[in-house]
Amino acid sequence: MNQDIITSTLSGALRSGTPLLFATLGEILAERSGVLNLGLEGMMLMGAFTGFSVSYITGNLWLAVMAAILVGGLMASLHAFMSITLRVNQVVSGLALVFLGEGLSGFWGHGFVGMQAESFNNIKIPFLGDIPYVGTIVFDRDILVYIGYIAVPVIWWFLYKTTAGMNLRAVGESPDAADARGINVVLTRYIYTIIGGFFSGLAGAYISLAYTPMWVQDMTAGRGWIAVALVIFAIWDPVIALIGAYAFGGISVLQFSFQIIQVPIPVNIMNMFPYLFTIFVMLFASSNKIKKRFGAPSALGIPYSREEKT
Amino acid sequence: MKSKFLVLMILSGIAILSFAAPLKIGFIFVGPINDNGWTQAQYDGGVVAIQKAFGDQVQIKYIENVPEGAASLNVLRSLASQGYKLIYATSFGYMDQVIQAAKEFPNTIFEMCSGYATSTNLGEYFGAMEQARYLSGLVAGAMTKTNKIGFVAAYPTPEVVRGIDAFTLGVRSVNPKATVQVVWTYTWYDPPTEKEAALSLINSGCDVLAQHQDSPAAVQAAQQKGIYAIGYDSPNMGQFGPNAYLTAPIWNWAAFYVPNVQSVLNGTWKTSFYYGNMADGLVQLAPMSNLVPAQVQKLVNAMENEIKSGSFNPFEGPIYDQSGKLMIPAGKSATLDQLLSIQWFVQGVIGKISNQ
Repeated sequence: MNQDIITSTLSGALRSGTPLLFATLGEILAERSGVLNLGLEGMMLMGAFTGFSVSYITGNLWLAVMAAILVGGLMASLHAFMSITLRVNQVVSGLALVFLGEGLSGFWGHGFVGMQAESFNNIKIPFLGDIPYVGTIVFDRDILVYIGYIAVPVIWWFLYKTTAGMNLRAVGESPDAADARGINVVLTRYIYTIIGGFFSGLAGAYISLAYTPMWVQDMTAGRGWIAVALVIFAIWDPVIALIGAYAFGGISVLQFSFQIIQVPIPVNIMNMFPYLFTIFVMLFASSNKIKKRFGAPSALGIPYSREEKT
Repeated sequence: MKSKFLVLMILSGIAILSFAAPLKIGFIFVGPINDNGWTQAQYDGGVVAIQKAFGDQVQIKYIENVPEGAASLNVLRSLASQGYKLIYATSFGYMDQVIQAAKEFPNTIFEMCSGYATSTNLGEYFGAMEQARYLSGLVAGAMTKTNKIGFVAAYPTPEVVRGIDAFTLGVRSVNPKATVQVVWTYTWYDPPTEKEAALSLINSGCDVLAQHQDSPAAVQAAQQKGIYAIGYDSPNMGQFGPNAYLTAPIWNWAAFYVPNVQSVLNGTWKTSFYYGNMADGLVQLAPMSNLVPAQVQKLVNAMENEIKSGSFNPFEGPIYDQSGKLMIPAGKSATLDQLLSIQWFVQGVIGKISNQ
């Protein structure tokens, strides 16, 4: 019985953590370049809607996922234009993106509510999938979950072990210095803001094509905001993001198991824990010294312009 | 003498004009009209049925996705000031704003669904969903093999608690050994969360799921895991789990809307608290799917007739709460007031109402 609950909770943690992971990884890249994009929820919704509708119309899942990714990037490029080129307030532009995504996906998605489309099934990995417990939890999933596993080390390696990753961090840390070294700040920020959007689109597609295969309005139900918090929780690190996303996901599953086995912790308190922890991290990371050490991008949210240099 | 005649002429002119002009009816909905749930049931039974019944006599406008709370007041005001004389507010969270709007527009009739405030131009309407919940409990109780039934529930409000109690009374009347495990999701509408709640119940051994949620995620989870599910709101939930879906307690709002509009057209409308039931047709059990064996269907239909005729009431005593305390003694039934404020679970429910 208890073993079952552990297996099912861990299994659920990966399931509900995966959309959070994608959105968080994307936002880490965008924020590392110095662009704060609060529009994750809007981009995820557009991704979820696009993925579902393309799957419904064409029956081709990979086309659906690609379309969702592109639409996420398209929305992010709008934010990039607003915040990098026009240098408007990034918070305002990000919020606008949320409402835009909610509105457009709701409007265009009207006809797709209640339809059935192709969706992802679990693929068991040979040998690994047969390991007791671990096999069913980790290696008997749909392919998007596997993509999540792979994305984390790839992004980690990219950020810390490649020149391009170093340039990205430099742009977010000190755009002036990066510019002086000949890195194109504007282009770099554009690229990673848009890549961030790709990931949000993918996160949305995971929800509408694998997690709960359907389209209903506002189906991401606030997961984009959780991802915004997770970026801070993860102190802009992809590996901690993985732990954080699965932990946030795990808690959202564990609340139900706890109700069933009657653990006397109120659900509301449990749901609060991740955020409490996020606030704790923010307090902790507010000191500049610690910030530097952990890699919070110093130029986050600050538009860059050469002219203002003195 | 002449002036009196003139007044009479004008009055009769107005009367003729108002007779000829269609009645303008406004609806505000909390979700999209095709949500396969609450709003769709309101739309089908409201907008569609009224249009069909009254044709040119009415002119209907509906507004979707009106957020509950403060924002709805502007929508109500704009409808009323555009001459909509009969306005339906179809979700509990509009209540404070409807009360305000009814004060500001005394010549407009407001009808509020699932609230409790009435005034001279504000009526309330809702229905005894517990009757259909009881019948769906009969189905669940007959279909379970593990004797463990799961209930995915939104918030511990009296409406939801009442439904769970009625459902459990139904379950236990055919299967006294079965229990109903409740999990709270603390959301009306969040497909992934509802699905996780459903999967947790399935993992703990439940083989039939019921729900008080507005998305079909629980039905979908049941389909994936090869167990049974009972929907809610609208029979359309069945399309998300053809091998899981058994039936659903559903709303047929036309049973309220059509006579209500008629009374406004006739000029006989008076404020009231309408609480419909299965006999009115407001509350129904959706047709049972082929998965439900014939003898179970027969039993359910027989009980449905008894409920409709008034010879049976699900909340007839003796009814005990979870701790075994007698709450409704033999020979008595729960009163409507008791039901509308119920905050205890009957015997057979596993789970807690959080504020206990």
